[in-house]
Amino acid sequence: MSAQQPPSAPDVAKPRSLAYRIWDSDVFFSFRRSPVTIVAAIVTAVLVLAALLAPWIAPYNPFDPSSLNLMDGFTPPMSEAMMGNYFILGSDHQGRDVLSTILYGSRVSIFVGLSATLFAMALGISLGLVAGYVGGTADSVIMRIADVQLSFPAILIALLIFGVARGIIPPSRQESMAVYVLIVAIGLSNWAQFARTVRGATMVERQKDYVSAARIMGVHPLFILIRHVLPNVMAPVLVIATIGLALAIIEEATLSFLGVGVPPTQPSLGTLIRIGQQFLFSGEWWILFFPAVTLVLLALAVNLLGDWLRDALNPRLR
Amino acid sequence: MTAPIVSVRDLVVEFPLRRGLFTAVDGVSFDIMPGEILGVVGESGAGKSMTGSAIIGLIEPPGRIAKGEILLNGERIDNLPADQMSKLRGKRIGMVFQDPLTSLNPLYTVGQQLVETIRRHLPLSEAQARQRAIELLGEAGIPSPETRIDSYPHQFSGGMRQRVVIALALSAEPELIIADEPTSALDVSVQAQIIKVLKKLCEDRGAAVMLVTHDMGVIAETATRMIVMNKGKIVETGSVGDIINRPQEEYTIKLIDAIPSIKDETRRHDVPPAATPLVQVKNLSRDFDLSPGFFDRMFKGSRNSIVKAVQDVSFDIRKGSTYGLVGESGSGKSTCARMLVGLIRPTAGQVLLEGEDIWASGSGSQNRRKRVQMIFQDPYASLNPRWRVGDIIAEPMRALKLVSNKREAAERVADLLEKVRLDPISMRKFPHEFSGGQRQRIAIARALSSQPEFIVCDEPTSALDVSVQAQVLDLMRGLQDEFGLTYLLISHNLAVVRQMADDVGVMHNGVLVEQGEVDAIFDEPKVDYTRMLLNAVPDISKLA
Repeated sequence: MSAQQPPSAPDVAKPRSLAYRIWDSDVFFSFRRSPVTIVAAIVTAVLVLAALLAPWIAPYNPFDPSSLNLMDGFTPPMSEAMMGNYFILGSDHQGRDVLSTILYGSRVSIFVGLSATLFAMALGISLGLVAGYVGGTADSVIMRIADVQLSFPAILIALLIFGVARGIIPPSRQESMAVYVLIVAIGLSNWAQFARTVRGATMVERQKDYVSAARIMGVHPLFILIRHVLPNVMAPVLVIATIGLALAIIEEATLSFLGVGVPPTQPSLGTLIRIGQQFLFSGEWWILFFPAVTLVLLALAVNLLGDWLRDALNPRLR
Repeated sequence: MTAPIVSVRDLVVEFPLRRGLFTAVDGVSFDIMPGEILGVVGESGAGKSMTGSAIIGLIEPPGRIAKGEILLNGERIDNLPADQMSKLRGKRIGMVFQDPLTSLNPLYTVGQQLVETIRRHLPLSEAQARQRAIELLGEAGIPSPETRIDSYPHQFSGGMRQRVVIALALSAEPELIIADEPTSALDVSVQAQIIKVLKKLCEDRGAAVMLVTHDMGVIAETATRMIVMNKGKIVETGSVGDIINRPQEEYTIKLIDAIPSIKDETRRHDVPPAATPLVQVKNLSRDFDLSPGFFDRMFKGSRNSIVKAVQDVSFDIRKGSTYGLVGESGSGKSTCARMLVGLIRPTAGQVLLEGEDIWASGSGSQNRRKRVQMIFQDPYASLNPRWRVGDIIAEPMRALKLVSNKREAAERVADLLEKVRLDPISMRKFPHEFSGGQRQRIAIARALSSQPEFIVCDEPTSALDVSVQAQVLDLMRGLQDEFGLTYLLISHNLAVVRQMADDVGVMHNGVLVEQGEVDAIFDEPKVDYTRMLLNAVPDISKLA
């Protein structure tokens, strides 16, 4: 989104460019008017960029055993360790730089959260579109499955899927597959919200005359669903996806905290918190504190963005 | 000389928007005398409803009264604090809104709502208030009000509900009643009754009424004086007879000219009566199964309920002619239309397009897709808001593979846009950049793009203002002559049908009660229902 483009002089005859239409849209206008949202967007952008660029900006590689020194362990923040390394946010019990582990950890957290949300979205949107458009028995079956799904806590479902996966996958491959199992587990526990919302919106859209017009022309139902209905049901989906992203990141952290998430060789923010909480009461607070703050900031910022998006896309609040 | 009940002086209502100040009402002044009904007409966006909202102090923020004053019996009310204003509403100013469905609380009986309103404004006991509520319902024309008072709003029909709303508005003996499009959501036959009730009650009580409507016919039958508004300003004020018969201003003249009349006999073109029928509808019926869904049936056992929406309807449409289908809401005319274009499968009967059943599998439906198109009522819902106009218009050509490449499609679209008198550059814009009338033109261009012979028009102009309606009807007529199109025109507006159609069919409760040539039906209806429908239409030509 090229926000820097200055609004050109309105020209009635000339259709406006995409960048101008985004800059000029009501949604973006409400963004410019909300300082909290701008801060949340900046925080999110900084955290995501830092995670993406971790291999280049992290002061140390915390997963390179050759660079670790147990003598550096438990160095407090902003101080120099015995072996001459300087740790801005301190080091953990194995002498790993906390800042670097956070950078690499958010990478895993954001990757898992994003992939899980995309997976839940793809599944939920397809099933919701079918349920809402076809209706009848297909609708009943899909939505009752969603109801059953929603009557369990999401974390329980994720644990269940994780357990089943562990039983199926041979132990030699478990570690490399762990991240993908996690994505599927979190995704499967979150698709129902998407399906419900999309189904409701689809039922509204399919009644509209532009769908009737396409049906009269004999347009294929799949084409109607994808080209006509889908773009018109995306607004509420984007809102749940943003809030769902924050939830997925927290869910991943919870699973990792419980020890069923990503393997310790590639720790996420949740793993770091689990490691840190062992040292909280012995005075090494920073090992827990900084990963936890990062997680809270990330989840809060994404949630605020979701809240804003919900208000901005709701015509009744405009 | 008596003093006016309400005086509006130089009223200005403004809305501060993102792109500057929008003046909704601009320097409006008028008086309403006791017992007088003042009609306010204008097209959408003329500021007529906003004037009513300003008087009752219900302008949605950020809108505000920027200038001017409103006097109720000589007292200024536009600058009252909110709590005093709310005491005024209901007590001294009654309100009747367009939609009787939403202006009553569905959780309380109408009696409870009436008694509550009466007791809030008048010092009466519960029993006295109930007695008064019964009287009011009786006066508003509700039969056996003693028993009906304990019914809930959903147990009343739309017309009866609007009577309850009128009773509610009158309950505290207000001096002024503001009726904002009180009959626009109702069928013509019900509308006529409501107008009568409103008129009688105001005469009896000497209350002043401000009647806001877009329908000049309603004003002609109800009001004594009228105001014509356009773009927030008053264009013309005067007695109803003067303005309708001898309009002075150019805008008013154009507005009145655009209103079709059921008495209008101007024929457009001659269709030889022997012309072969293009479309034959034979014994068409459609039932709707309102039985409970799959799981409910599994757990509760099956209970079938079937609604017969269309029963045994037969008619022919001559090639190159327009067949009008009229009827009130729920008469099954839209269901008929949907069966003719292939959206709903008939339960029984046939639709033949030059002898070929359009519901036959294979060639029948292929034939239908090529030759039949539809224009819908609501131009806001019939165009996909996420598509560019060019793609919307090209869709039928692509679906039916009538064009081979993008350039050819673009050329055809440009051509079609010119045919419906829009700038070809419009193809790169989105539907929301157009007004209602322009969107309906785009919908017409889309319908034409597959070069059909038969177009079903379901209330094509009922969402449009009269002046725009006249333009769209004119365009439809021109295109009919140019391409030799055959139309099925569905409308609740009898005047539009009289102007456009060659033959007409009247539907009532799913049955075609009468059909024949337009002039024959309109001048000498044979069935009582048709006669009642024609008499109920508020028409400016009825004003002597």
